[in-house]
Amino acid sequence: MLPELGHYALILALCLAVVQGIVPLAGAARGVDNWMALARPVAWGQFLLLLLSFAILSYAFVSNDFSVAYAARNSNSLLPAIYRFSAVWGGHEGSLLLWALLLAGWGAAVGLFSRRLPQVMVARVLGVMGLVSIGFLSFLIFTSNPFERLWPIPADGRDLNPLLQDPGLVMHPPMLYMGYVGFSVAFAFAIAALLGGRLDATWARWSRPWTTVAWVFMTVGIALGSWWAYYELGWGGWWFWDPVENASFMPWLMGTALIHSLAVAEKRSAFKNWTVLLAIFTFSLSLLGTFLVRSGVLTSVHAFASDPRRGVFILLLLAVVVGASLLIYAWRAPQVKSTGHFALVSRETMLLGNNVFLVVATASILLGTLYPLVLDALNMGKISVGPPYFNSVFVPLMVPLAFMIGVGPLTRWKEDHVGRLQHVLRATLAASIAVGALLPWLLFRSWAPMAMLGSVLVVWIAATTLLDLRNLTRHSPSLWQGMRRQSRSFYGMVAAHLGVAVTVAGVTLSSHYSLEHDIRLAPGETFVMGEHSFVFDGISNHRGPNYDASRATLRVLKDEREVTVLHTEKRSYTVTGMPMTEAGIDWGLTRDLYVALGEPLGDGAWAVRLYYKPFVRWIWLGAMLMALGGILAASDRRYRLARKAAQEGTGVATGSVAS
Amino acid sequence: MKMRYLIPLVIFAALVGLFAVGLRLDPRAVPSPLIDKPAPAFALPQLHSPETTLGRADLMQNKVSLFNVWASWCVACRQEHPFLMQLSRGGEVPIYGLNYKDERADALAWLQRHGNPYRASAFDYEGRVGIDWGVYGVPETFVVDAQGTIRYKHIGPLTPQVWRDTIQPIVHQLQGKTS
Amino acid sequence: MRKWLAAMLLLGFHGIAAAAISSYQFDTAEQEARFNQLSQELRCLVCQNQNLADSNAGLALDLRRQIHEMILAGKTDADIVNFMTERYGDFVLYRPPLRGSTLVLWVGPFLLLLGGAVVLTLIVRRRMAAGEEAPLSDEERQRLETMVRERGEKQ
Repeated sequence: MLPELGHYALILALCLAVVQGIVPLAGAARGVDNWMALARPVAWGQFLLLLLSFAILSYAFVSNDFSVAYAARNSNSLLPAIYRFSAVWGGHEGSLLLWALLLAGWGAAVGLFSRRLPQVMVARVLGVMGLVSIGFLSFLIFTSNPFERLWPIPADGRDLNPLLQDPGLVMHPPMLYMGYVGFSVAFAFAIAALLGGRLDATWARWSRPWTTVAWVFMTVGIALGSWWAYYELGWGGWWFWDPVENASFMPWLMGTALIHSLAVAEKRSAFKNWTVLLAIFTFSLSLLGTFLVRSGVLTSVHAFASDPRRGVFILLLLAVVVGASLLIYAWRAPQVKSTGHFALVSRETMLLGNNVFLVVATASILLGTLYPLVLDALNMGKISVGPPYFNSVFVPLMVPLAFMIGVGPLTRWKEDHVGRLQHVLRATLAASIAVGALLPWLLFRSWAPMAMLGSVLVVWIAATTLLDLRNLTRHSPSLWQGMRRQSRSFYGMVAAHLGVAVTVAGVTLSSHYSLEHDIRLAPGETFVMGEHSFVFDGISNHRGPNYDASRATLRVLKDEREVTVLHTEKRSYTVTGMPMTEAGIDWGLTRDLYVALGEPLGDGAWAVRLYYKPFVRWIWLGAMLMALGGILAASDRRYRLARKAAQEGTGVATGSVAS
Repeated sequence: MKMRYLIPLVIFAALVGLFAVGLRLDPRAVPSPLIDKPAPAFALPQLHSPETTLGRADLMQNKVSLFNVWASWCVACRQEHPFLMQLSRGGEVPIYGLNYKDERADALAWLQRHGNPYRASAFDYEGRVGIDWGVYGVPETFVVDAQGTIRYKHIGPLTPQVWRDTIQPIVHQLQGKTS
Repeated sequence: MRKWLAAMLLLGFHGIAAAAISSYQFDTAEQEARFNQLSQELRCLVCQNQNLADSNAGLALDLRRQIHEMILAGKTDADIVNFMTERYGDFVLYRPPLRGSTLVLWVGPFLLLLGGAVVLTLIVRRRMAAGEEAPLSDEERQRLETMVRERGEKQ
C-alpha cells in the first residue's frame, strides 16, 4: 500500500508543479495578485509531497520491501542500514527522485527566504522553477517510476554495487545534485528578470547568494567524488576526465564565471546580458550533464544502465527548457542597455578576462567530451578523447587565469593604470618567482619546469591575496580593527582564492613527485620506496557483513622506526560476487602512503601496489577552502540589508502580500 | 545586428541535432581497421587435434569463409550458437572457429553439448591471435574472402536477421566474384 | 561470470571495482615509466571508459602483457602505439592523433580563446567610448518615477 501512496504523492506533486508553472507566471503577466500569491504555497506543497514520496521509498529500502522493483535491484537485506538508505539514490529512478525533491526543496527555500522580494519576481522565479519541475516529474513518472512493483516478490534484493557502499558515496550524490539543481535558482532569476524586463543591479544582488550557495554545494560534491575515487577505486587517481566528471565540472566552471560576472552586474551594473546568458548556460550544462549520464550516448565509467526511451525524453526536456530560455534571451536581451564606462585597465576588464578563460575552458571540455560523438554521427570513425587531451588543453588555459587571480582583486574598478599596478605588484611578483621556483628544489631536490611554474603560481596567488588584505587594512589604527572592517564577502574571496592556490599546490606536487610501484611481495619481504620501507606481514582472512575479504598487513618504516601499519583488503561481495579493493592509506598533510592489494601470485605472494603521494590532500583541502569562501560570501550582511531595502522600496509598490 | 542574440540558440539547436543522431548510435561498437586488409597470419593448434595446426591458408582454400571467435565462458556465444549450427548445416559458407582464451576441456565439452558448427577451431589459449585480429568482445564474426582479405566484421551474437540483412549479401557478392 | 555480468549491467554503475595490479619486472626504471605512461594512454576496449592500467578485464591484462613484452624487446613507444592502432583503430588512443578529422578538436580551444579575446576587446572598446556614468535608461527612470509616486500615494 505504502509504495502506491508514494506514487500518488509523486503524481500529485506533478499536478502542483503544473499549477506552479502556469498560474503565477500568468498572474505576473496580467498583474493578478491572487494568482501570483499562489506561487509560495504551491511550491511548499510540491516539496512536502515529494518529501513524503522520498520518505516512502526510503522506508521501502530500509524495511527491505523487495516487492518494490527498484529496491530489489539496488538493495539487499544483508546491507548495513546506512547503505540501505543511501541505496535509495544508488540507481537511476531513486537518484532522479532525489533530483526532483531537491529542485522542489530549492523552490520551497526561495519561497521561504524571499519574503522581501517583490511579489512579481517571486511569482516569476517560482513559476520558472515549476516549469522545470514539470519536466523532471513527468520524466520520473512516465519513464522511471521508482515505485513499480515486482511479482513474484524476490526473497532478497540484488544488492547495491559494492563501489557505492562507502561513506563518501553516501554524501557525494546529494551534494552534487544540490549544486546541479541549485543553479536552477540562478537560472529562474535570470529568466524572471528577462520576462519582467528588470535586469538591474537589484536582480544581480538577489540572485548572487543563491548562485553562490549552489556553487558551494557543487564544489563540495565534486571534491567528495574526487576524494572517493582516490581512496575507493584503488588506482590512486583523483580525476579521470570521464564524461560524467566533465558533466559536473562544466557547470562548476561556468558557475564560477557566473559568480564573478554577477559581481560586476551588481557593483557596476555592467555585463548584464552576458550575466543572464551565463546563468542560462550554467543550468543548461547541469541539464546536459543529466542527459549525458542517463541517455547512454557516451561511454563512461559511471553511466547508468540506459534505456533509449529515457534518452529521447530527456533530450526533449533539454531542448524545451534550454531552447525556450535561449529564445526568451534572444527576444528580451536586445532591449537591455548596458551602462557604465570603464577603461582598458580596470577590475571590469579583469573580470571579463576571467570569464573568457573560464568559458573557453568549459567550451573546450565540452568539445573534447562531445567530439567522439560528432565524428561518429558524421560517420568519420571512432576516436577516444581522454586525459592526455584534456590536460594539454585545460592546463594552458588555467595558467593565465591563475596569474590573473593575483592581479584582478588589486585592480581598481572603472579605471586603473599599468604604472600603479606595476608599482604595487613588482616586488611581490619578483618574490613569488624566486620563492616559487625554489620550492620544488627545497622540497624534492628537483628542477622540473612545470612543477616550478605551478609552485610560482601558488606563491603568487597566496602572496597577492595577502597583499590585498594588507593594503586594505593599512590605514586602520590596528591590523585587527582593519581586518574587522572588511566585509564577509571580501573574506569569502580571500578564502576562495587561497583555496585555488592550495588545490594547485596539491595538483602540482602530487602529480610531479608521486612514487608508484606495482610489485610482488611474499610474507616477510620488504620493499623500499623513497624514504619508506614497506614490510609485508602477510594475509589474514576476514568476514564482513556482506563480503569475505583477504586482508594484507603492511608495516611502514622510515629510518628504522615504524611510521604506521596499513591494512588493505581484497573483498568479494557475497550477493554480486563482485571483487573490490579496499586501499590502506596513512594520510598526512604533506604526504599520503597508500597501499592496494591485487591478486594472489602463488606461494603466498601477492601483487601489491604502493604509492607515495606528496601533498595530495591539498587538492581537497583547497576545495574545502573554496567552499568556505562561498559560504562567507553568501552570508554577507549586505544581502540581508538588501532584502530589507527591497522590502521598503518595492514591497509597497506591489501590494501588501509580500510582507 | 540583433541577430547576434540568436547565436546561442543556433549553436544549441545544432547540439540537439547531434544528440538526436547520437541516441541512435552505439558508442560501444568500434569498427575494425582490418577491414579490406589481408587477414593476419597465424598458426595455432586445432582444438580437437592439438598436433595439427590451423592457419590463415586453411581459411582461404575454401573460398569465402566465416571466422567466428567464441569461448565456452561467453554468454552471448550460447545465444548465437543455434544459428551457427543451422548455418553450418546449410553449407552455404564454411565456418571456422577461434576458441578464444578458453580451457581445452571446457571448450570440447561445450561443443559436445551444443553441437559443433565449425570445420575446425583454432585454440588460442593466450589470446594472442585474438589481439592480432583486433578481437575485443566475444563473439565476433569475420568474413574472409578467397584471397584471404577480411571483408566484414560483426561484433556480438550473429542472428538470423543480421545474417539476412548484412552478412549474407556480402558473402553472396564475394562468392559471385570468385566463381 | 554470467552472474557478475548481469550485476554489472543492472546496477547503476558498471563494475570497475578491483584495482588492476600487475607485477611486471623491468630492466630499467625508464622502461617501467614508459610502461606506466603507455598503459595509461591506451584505452581498454571492453571496458566502459578506462585505460589499460586501471582495468582488470582479460583483454586489458593481455594488452599489458603485450606492452611489457614489446618494451623488453626494445620496441619504441611509436612501435607499440602502431601495433595497437593497426589492430584496434584510433579508438584505443586516449590522445587522439592530429589529422583532418581531429583538426577542430585540437585547434578548437585556441580558436575559442582567440574569439574570446576579440569579443573582450570589442566590449572593452565600446565601454571605453561610453559616456561617464551613463544616466538611467528610459525604462529605469520610468520605474523609479512610478515607485516614488506610489510611495507618495501610500504615505
